[in-house]
Amino acid sequence: MLRVENLSVSYGAIRALHDVSFEVPQGHIVTLIGSNGAGKSTTLRTISGLIKSTGGQISYDGAAIKGLPAHEIVSRGLCHVPEGRMVFANLTVRENLMMGAYLQRDAALINKERDYVFSVFPRLSEREKQLAGTLSGGEQQMLAIGRALMGRPRFLMLDEPSLGIAPLLVKAIFQQIVEINRERGITILLVEQNANLALEIATFGYVLETGRVILQDQAAALRSDPKVRSAYLGG
Amino acid sequence: MSELLQQLINGLALGAIYALIALGYTMVYGVLRFINFAHSDVFMIGAFAGYFLARVVPGGSIGAGIVILIGAMAVCALLGVVIEKLAYRPLRGRSTLTVLITAIGVSLLLQNVGQRIFGANPRSFPSIFPVHQFHFGGIVLSSTQILVFVVTLVLLFLLRYIVLHTRIGTAMRALSFNPTAASLVGINNDRVISFTFALGSALAAAGGILYASNYPSIDPLMGTLPGMKAFVAAVLGGIGNIAGAAVGGLVLGMVETTVVGFGGSTYRDAVAFAVLILILLLRPEGLLGKRTAEKV
Ligand SMILES: Nc1ncnc2c1ncn2[C@@H]1O[C@H](COP(=O)(O)OP(=O)(O)OP(=O)(O)O)[C@@H](O)[C@H]1O
Ligand SMILES: [Mg+2]
Repeated sequence: MLRVENLSVSYGAIRALHDVSFEVPQGHIVTLIGSNGAGKSTTLRTISGLIKSTGGQISYDGAAIKGLPAHEIVSRGLCHVPEGRMVFANLTVRENLMMGAYLQRDAALINKERDYVFSVFPRLSEREKQLAGTLSGGEQQMLAIGRALMGRPRFLMLDEPSLGIAPLLVKAIFQQIVEINRERGITILLVEQNANLALEIATFGYVLETGRVILQDQAAALRSDPKVRSAYLGG
Repeated sequence: MSELLQQLINGLALGAIYALIALGYTMVYGVLRFINFAHSDVFMIGAFAGYFLARVVPGGSIGAGIVILIGAMAVCALLGVVIEKLAYRPLRGRSTLTVLITAIGVSLLLQNVGQRIFGANPRSFPSIFPVHQFHFGGIVLSSTQILVFVVTLVLLFLLRYIVLHTRIGTAMRALSFNPTAASLVGINNDRVISFTFALGSALAAAGGILYASNYPSIDPLMGTLPGMKAFVAAVLGGIGNIAGAAVGGLVLGMVETTVVGFGGSTYRDAVAFAVLILILLLRPEGLLGKRTAEKV
């Protein structure tokens, strides 16, 4: 469904990605793991059109999407939940969700989608009128995912949904990610530093190090790979 | 007592016009984080658009006045969109300073082109709405003042509705908070920015017509002083804060007429800037601004 080939990205003189290639088949959860500064967020931001690449191809649903503006890429059903969540702190939870449905025109469908989001994250429905900036970190993450779901995506890219959230809540959020993937058939590209969790729910994984893919395998195989274990899974 | 009330009315009428202009500064600042110095000249063009429209649609009745007002607002909305597209959009992502200097350039361009086309001499502005004076005890209320209040109130409510309750208005607020996140939900930021310029410029046009109706004389440099004061009003209310701009305009108008009332007409223009310096010293975030660090 998504195919990235030889993607290269530079920030000025700093080369952040070198010939990164990977693939996400339809219906799967694929994870991109790696330590700080490996280039995970850069990869997602390039796919979603936030930054320009210096080389390579990105094809989504059989069409080349490299160079399209971000809002155009969203309109094709490829939605990016960015690192740090980026909820609209000055808007209410409800307004945030409405903005998630910015490209949706059918009011009935929007309401249905909101009901679905509330069923996935009941906490959001309790806080519908609250300003998003006053939510806890975990609630903001739920809102960020909920907002993305409002756009009825077919492909979801999640950047470190576990960042700064208590372990118990992280478990719950990951469970919901799996549900979204199963129930909705939404394909997921998951970026994580928490490699353990990510490899648990993914079918396939890529390991990124200083802007290069250094390993790729079935998630289960990566989990038992000694190199991965010592570098990313804490021994 | 009645003198005080008279001051209050005059102050509010002046302040309402500042408020209308200030809204444009603050909304553009909200989405692009720069001061559109050409805004005061859009205000001027609004007055001239009213002047020329009044030749086609003879004013003097409420209906004709409304047609002229809306016509001038439409002209300026378009002008605002064109200015943004030609002058500011190509500089997206550049430093704020670059855009600020460009804005000053656009401002001078509008003034010079205005002088070239309209001539530098002041023209007297026709009465596009019916003119009448109402006396209540010792208080005089002119129909122009009533016009200023009614038009300002209607526009403020309309704006409030758009910003708080429509899809594009919510997108404006979203974009103002985080343009990256806005584009990730599918908002076409350029389109929302265009809309913001259209809205702000239309309000400036309304301000221009009301201002011209009050001081019935217009010229291509007429925007400078009210523009500066409206900018002060926007800062006074907390730049980027829409309610703040409205409050800031009213406060500034009242301060100014009070100074005049105490016999300080010579200093009326200096007062605005004294107020600006005071706010910057005492409450840099403005009356309604939030006390937060500039977001990145
Ligand atoms: N805006 C930027 N300007 C310059 N360099 C940048 C910028 N953003 C990222 N980089 C650099 O690019 C490299 C990759 O960064 P990226 O954010 O993609 O890493 P990451 O894998 O997401 O790390 P983390 O797990 O900490 O989020 C880093 O060396 C980083 O310093
Ligand atoms: Mg990152």
